[in-house]
Amino acid sequence: MKERVTLEHPKVNLEHPKVKPSKQHLTEEWVGKLYTWFCIIFLIITIFSMVYFVASRGSATFIKNGINVWEFITGTTWQPDAKPPILGALPFIFGSFSTSIMAALIAAPLGFCAAIFMTEIMPKYGRRYLQPVIELLAGIPSVVYGFVGLSVIVPFLRDTFPGQGLGLAAGALVLSIMILPTITTIATDALSALPGGLKEGAYALGATRWQTIYRIVLPTTFPALMTGVVLGISRAFGEALAVQMVIGNAPFLPRSLFDSTSTLTSVITLSMGNTVAGSAHNNALWSLALILMLMTFVFVFIVRWLERRTKV
Amino acid sequence: MSAKLANRIATVVIIAMALFIVAILVGLLGYILIRGLGHVSFDFLTSVPQTIRAGGGIGPQLFNSLFLLVLTLLITVPLGVGAGIYMSEYAKANRFTDFIRLVVEVLSSFPSIVVGLFGLLVLVQFFGLGYSLFAGALALTVFNLPLMVRITEQAIRSVPKEQKEASLALGLSRWKTITSIMLPIAMPNILTGTILASGRVFGEAAALLFTAGMSSPRLDFTNWNPFSPNSPLNPFRPAETLAVHIWKINSEGLAPDAAEIAAGASAVLVIVVLLFNFTARFIGGYIHRKFTASK
Repeated sequence: MKERVTLEHPKVNLEHPKVKPSKQHLTEEWVGKLYTWFCIIFLIITIFSMVYFVASRGSATFIKNGINVWEFITGTTWQPDAKPPILGALPFIFGSFSTSIMAALIAAPLGFCAAIFMTEIMPKYGRRYLQPVIELLAGIPSVVYGFVGLSVIVPFLRDTFPGQGLGLAAGALVLSIMILPTITTIATDALSALPGGLKEGAYALGATRWQTIYRIVLPTTFPALMTGVVLGISRAFGEALAVQMVIGNAPFLPRSLFDSTSTLTSVITLSMGNTVAGSAHNNALWSLALILMLMTFVFVFIVRWLERRTKV
Repeated sequence: MSAKLANRIATVVIIAMALFIVAILVGLLGYILIRGLGHVSFDFLTSVPQTIRAGGGIGPQLFNSLFLLVLTLLITVPLGVGAGIYMSEYAKANRFTDFIRLVVEVLSSFPSIVVGLFGLLVLVQFFGLGYSLFAGALALTVFNLPLMVRITEQAIRSVPKEQKEASLALGLSRWKTITSIMLPIAMPNILTGTILASGRVFGEAAALLFTAGMSSPRLDFTNWNPFSPNSPLNPFRPAETLAVHIWKINSEGLAPDAAEIAAGASAVLVIVVLLFNFTARFIGGYIHRKFTASK
């Protein structure tokens, strides 16, 4: 059949007709190409210079000031203005990881429930009321979260638990509300992309709604749900001001959840303005920024890996 | 426990969690607005802040935030739309395109404080811009660009293929097709996305601490010469924005009414961001109705 069709249409040249495009046409094409290329090149130059500058300044601690990388990461004493400076960044690294992971542990169940509510239980009310709520939560600026944390969560923790209220728990609570929209939005997208046949099959076999959710929906969308959680952790890890306002900013490893401590971002925020460029203290802060940047790469890598495993 | 009972318990728990999230938002907004709005007055919105005495306002900060937003959009929109057009129309499915996608993804997940530090090093020190609105606008551009690229790319992709093909078949160049056929159709989505991104820019503080600075010179609102150092329009003067101001008075405010000022400023900030949100929603809905003739 195919051959006959080609035989019926001989020598119709579907390639370019031999008409030369006008000069105006060619100019327009070049304008478009050059303009969009310029924008893309700008993007690429930006990211490369960012990586280069942060990496070169961040490595000065280890090259110029002769601090051992391993000691920098595992040391627990931070006295950058002592002579010689003692630079142990473990309290900050621990602070960043513990607050963001705790925030994800609080926000993930809430976000999953919200997503299930919006897709499986009451889609109409979910889209109408819960969706805007989530979008508004995402829109509230981080300093406002910090302010509310400082004037509501911190006094509450101070009255209820031992300690000053400022600390890991306050940081984790503020961050959990901030990353809730990220986790919820991605979970909702994943759940609504699930083919209907899977669920209908489960219902047809007599499964209850919860059995369907728990045995079919959640396992199938698990990688996508985790993508949201990792993106949430990544956002919490990089958040600076809200955390700085409620964490207390003591450069020590905390002894309890309600003990004042610091994160990578909070110590950079507080000290960067007060140090002289080129000093050991300043270089050490750049090294902390370098750790933040490397963790960003790790998070992007994990997200990409999870996205490849997403089945729907 | 029977399956039916488990089902009922789970349903109740999930609904309770959803209600809890709504309660968090209502509580949050209620707290900010009730505590803050009492302090907001015309005088508060227009007067200059006081360092030690009570009764300071947020006038210059509010102006700085709006001006910085305009500057940022002037830089971000042309670059972001251009890059978005490249990604949807010019990019071929090859390794280089994959690489650009990775770049955009990484750039969008960089912590804003790192963007601020980069601005401090390159814009403020290396290019000698000092703490200035312009340096702040460029830092916010880096922060906002990936989002603009994604918004534009999705908006252009959602243009019906037939429209594009019809234009090309009539002999228009590819660029002419993009600018006069596809962009107008994609405009509602780009506009909505840009307004939402503006809300994000308006509330951003971490990237501005070390680029736009934490102080504002005494502004003379009768001097509109953009080259004069105390003119509000001068893009090369340091400028503390509203979000930075909230952070500063919370961490080192000396005025006796610092908490009230922080509450009032937070209320103003949240109201502006909500306005952006509602405008985006309204414009999106309005244009959708106009274009699709649906009710």
